[in-house]
Amino acid sequence: MTLHIKNGIVVDPKNGIAGEKMDIFIKDGKIVEESEVGKECKTIDVSGKLVVAGGVDLHAHIAGGKINTGRAMRPEEMRFVRRKSNGLRAAVGRTLLTSPAIGYEYAKMGYTTAIEPATPSIYVIHTHEELDSIPIIDKATLPLFGNWHPVFKYAADKDVEKMKSFVAWVLERTKGYGVKLVNPGGVEAWMYGGNVSGLDDTIPGFGVTPREVITTLIAAVEELKLPHSVHLHCNNLGVPGNYETTMETIKLAKKFRNDNRQVLHVTHVQFNAYTGSSWRDMGSGAEEIAKLVNSMNNVTIDMGQPIFGHATTMTADSPFQFELHKLVKAKWCNKDVELETGAGIVPLVYRPKSPVNAVQWATGLELGLLVDADKIAVSTDYPNGGPFTAYPYIVTLLMSRKFREEEMKKAHQYIEKATALPSIDKERSIEEVIQMTRVTPARVLGMENKGHLGVGADGDVVVYDIDPLNYDSSDYQAILKALENPLYTIKGGEIVVKNGDVVGEVWGRTFWVDASEQTTTEIIEADLDEYFNYYTVKRCNYGVEEGWLHNPVRITAG
Amino acid sequence: MIEVIVITGRTTDQGMTIDEKLSNDYMKAVCYCEMNERDMSVIGVNEGDRVKIKTEFGEVVLYAKKAVTKDLELPEGVVFIPMGPYANQVVGKSNGSGTPQYKGIKGYVEATQEDVKPVEELIRVVK
Amino acid sequence: MKNAICTFCGNVCDDIEFDGTVGKNLCPIGEAKFAAKRRMEAPTIEGEKVSYEEAIERAAEILVNAKRPLLYGWASTVNEAIKLGVILAEKLGGIYDQCSSVCHAPSTLAMIEEGIPGGTLGQAKNRADVIVFWGCNPVEAHPRHPSRYSVMARGFLTKGRQYRHIVVVDVRKTATAYLATEFYQIKPGYDFAVFTALRSIVNGHEDAVPDEVGGLSKEKLKELADVLMDGKYGVIFYGLGLTHSRGQDRNVECIVKLVQTLNRQTRYILQPMRGHFNVVGAGAVAAWEAGYEYAIDFSRGYPRFSPSEFTAVEALLRKDCDAALIVASDPAAHFPKKAVERLAEIPVIQIDPHPNVTTLLADIVIPSAIVGIEAEGTVYRMDGIPLRVKKLRETEYWSDYQILRLMLDKVIQMKGE
Repeated sequence: MTLHIKNGIVVDPKNGIAGEKMDIFIKDGKIVEESEVGKECKTIDVSGKLVVAGGVDLHAHIAGGKINTGRAMRPEEMRFVRRKSNGLRAAVGRTLLTSPAIGYEYAKMGYTTAIEPATPSIYVIHTHEELDSIPIIDKATLPLFGNWHPVFKYAADKDVEKMKSFVAWVLERTKGYGVKLVNPGGVEAWMYGGNVSGLDDTIPGFGVTPREVITTLIAAVEELKLPHSVHLHCNNLGVPGNYETTMETIKLAKKFRNDNRQVLHVTHVQFNAYTGSSWRDMGSGAEEIAKLVNSMNNVTIDMGQPIFGHATTMTADSPFQFELHKLVKAKWCNKDVELETGAGIVPLVYRPKSPVNAVQWATGLELGLLVDADKIAVSTDYPNGGPFTAYPYIVTLLMSRKFREEEMKKAHQYIEKATALPSIDKERSIEEVIQMTRVTPARVLGMENKGHLGVGADGDVVVYDIDPLNYDSSDYQAILKALENPLYTIKGGEIVVKNGDVVGEVWGRTFWVDASEQTTTEIIEADLDEYFNYYTVKRCNYGVEEGWLHNPVRITAG
Repeated sequence: MIEVIVITGRTTDQGMTIDEKLSNDYMKAVCYCEMNERDMSVIGVNEGDRVKIKTEFGEVVLYAKKAVTKDLELPEGVVFIPMGPYANQVVGKSNGSGTPQYKGIKGYVEATQEDVKPVEELIRVVK
Repeated sequence: MKNAICTFCGNVCDDIEFDGTVGKNLCPIGEAKFAAKRRMEAPTIEGEKVSYEEAIERAAEILVNAKRPLLYGWASTVNEAIKLGVILAEKLGGIYDQCSSVCHAPSTLAMIEEGIPGGTLGQAKNRADVIVFWGCNPVEAHPRHPSRYSVMARGFLTKGRQYRHIVVVDVRKTATAYLATEFYQIKPGYDFAVFTALRSIVNGHEDAVPDEVGGLSKEKLKELADVLMDGKYGVIFYGLGLTHSRGQDRNVECIVKLVQTLNRQTRYILQPMRGHFNVVGAGAVAAWEAGYEYAIDFSRGYPRFSPSEFTAVEALLRKDCDAALIVASDPAAHFPKKAVERLAEIPVIQIDPHPNVTTLLADIVIPSAIVGIEAEGTVYRMDGIPLRVKKLRETEYWSDYQILRLMLDKVIQMKGE
């Protein structure tokens, strides 16, 4: 199948194209030169419309035990019935969507790739089953390392070689894409009701600190030459005053260097960017964090933007989830996962008239406006900050000062005192928001064929009803409408969305990283055998085989 | 006739024969009613005699069986039937939860001379 | 083959050795599961032998022509087949329901109210110093649970039986009660009251507790509360004693609240003793495909959940379904009599490896390969941990997946989508 996208106005920041009238050609799922395309080619004319690469979401909890337990726990979420075409699957869910709905809704706003960022390795078959049930988009998953007993042991021993070996073993067994850490040490402490309060607390029973866990894992990931860096959910999430821990953590990256990408990705930073000593005097630390991130060239972040309305918090940060359960007095699921990790789920509503929620909302936007566009990606930490379907809303807020003013009127006035948002006049350009939703997340993930439209890139293209050379940022309703209803979403050369409706279903790929060439598992064989005495599944029954996945793509590290 | 509370549940024998439900072994595993010894003497039955259980949902004939546990028996006034087609003759509807209440149903038990029906016959009656 | 996986109960033991006929490391129920037994020879329509294709074609016709077919069972097959079942129910505008609805569905209702503070079985093995079995009898229902995961398991931090306090609470002295450090016998139907009393004591409101609750003296209740609070890491396993007794979901909700309270002082998790080896998958797959775990009606084209209307038993009692597809289950043996009577009135299609009570009233019977012995796929243990069960020997029987795949294709073809 070949496709010719004609007369569009292309914005492709990675290739230095900032609004040029160009034609794009797709053949066999890839962007190709015009010369490669024969006469048997479908042509769509998109004169004067914005043509960009498919969106990339680098952090959304779209599959696995957490979201699925959330669905079972919250049938109230499922009464929201979504628009769909005949022949497609029923699609339901407000902020927690079913797997078919997730694929359709990403495509309906022009996204073609999403990463599930937190899988307990022992549950990974489940995660892959759900990823395989999401239509259209490409995906990958990041196994959790931050509270795993062997990780503590190798960090305590400062044994980078064994850590490398362990990481490679886990990625192969889980068909995982990279290394995720959530509140390193804190979840193990929670097994006996505690938590850690910063980088230098000793993790109970292991004589090692979160600082050592993080730096040893960064060293291992860098030596393994993984496409994606360590992906970190910091200690002290959701606690007033936590921006200091976040800044200290970001600075850990200074010891490492990588010319191709960041060495540390700090995720959903909004939740880790608070000043103050309690919920009564909390404020935004976004300006400080933005300054620090902008001053460094090896750290990236994503927003973790809260959206006013319903959300469902779900994270491996189980001690935090217990605190939230007590704070908001909502129902609470917890899952302690044997010697590996944990998880918690608590429903939440972000209320514009709540001073705390208003500050959270403003803090996310401050980050989105103040951090350099090549260092920050748009995210809601779905479904923690709210639905991913709010991305057009977030992007419009970043692009339109007038829209922000309108929305700020609805929010509690405490944001004037506690955040800098009201004083920020900046409006993100189309190039910048395309950078933040395509180029940056693809680069952060090390996905070379994503986020741009150069020859060889994946044939994931979106056409929006905006003229990038001539649009009015104060007409935010027109921008929002255009972003919410792409004229076309094209996945791997197939038209899957037309005028905002899903018209075709394709099945995407699952990427995973094979780092076996960079290390040997021999040095940890004995450790693994010993360790599996304490598991409740046999080592040979642990993990997932490539053949069980619908459409796996192996990426070799190095 | 005495008033009892009927409870139902799994047993090892029921589990072992679950894939052979049309066999005699399965019938043996599920067609009895476990009772406290004192309750058995009140209604005048011995181990292996037949009893009839009646509840608001139906009635069923079963073999009486002395509760096997030693020191703390199945309490007086409580009878246990292994889960299966016999127990289901006397269990109830759900109370809004959608799940039938299989335990704690008020009923009556008495000695009887009627036969214990084979599984096929229980279903034939239904059809 | 070493490390084969047993497909009987929610333990899903994965250390079975099987040579094609005899298995090792199995409990008595597992041994029976792996032993040879009577099979159905071929698919039948009204008792006449037919080919798989003919049986599936006729089944698809019945389902397509029904106004609201019931698709029930699923707990004893693999996720890959369950997924097709959910999609089939959606395409047919029927009802998807699974064995939970006669077992632990009240636990789902309790989770909807309060959530569930849970964990994996490995937490019991590795950390627990207090283990409670409440209204469950693993020695008979999950025979290897005590040795693999709980009572005697040798863990990383808790090394064995002597480091654990084992509590059993039940209305009768079960075989499991003999493993206990302490057995508490309560009156049938008084679980909610006992939880409430324990919550009061744990919360420091002992004065509000009367002298006797549900057959336990106040002294006994205080002793039990102390045992719970003294645990550094406690696990409470509960069974159908809560979900099948008076109060049902409210019993579970109350024990969840007790565990929430205990977590303010120490650490506790709660785990239902799920019965069939993949009853968790039968709920999980439906949740990601359609948003709900059970009792799902698709008659409006999108999924709706209403346990008091759309569980299999309720739909049968209300005569709200006019055909049934029963997969890997035996409702005729396990539903109340009135529901079975309705099942006998409507066309029934059965897919199962073994003849059972439902076979006696089925119009079309399609024999299938035994999951975990003759067919592979993914199942979820009682704590949700996924395991890939294996195909250990060849067979002529079609797998549930193959049968349902063709059935779904036929249905889509007949409906012209």
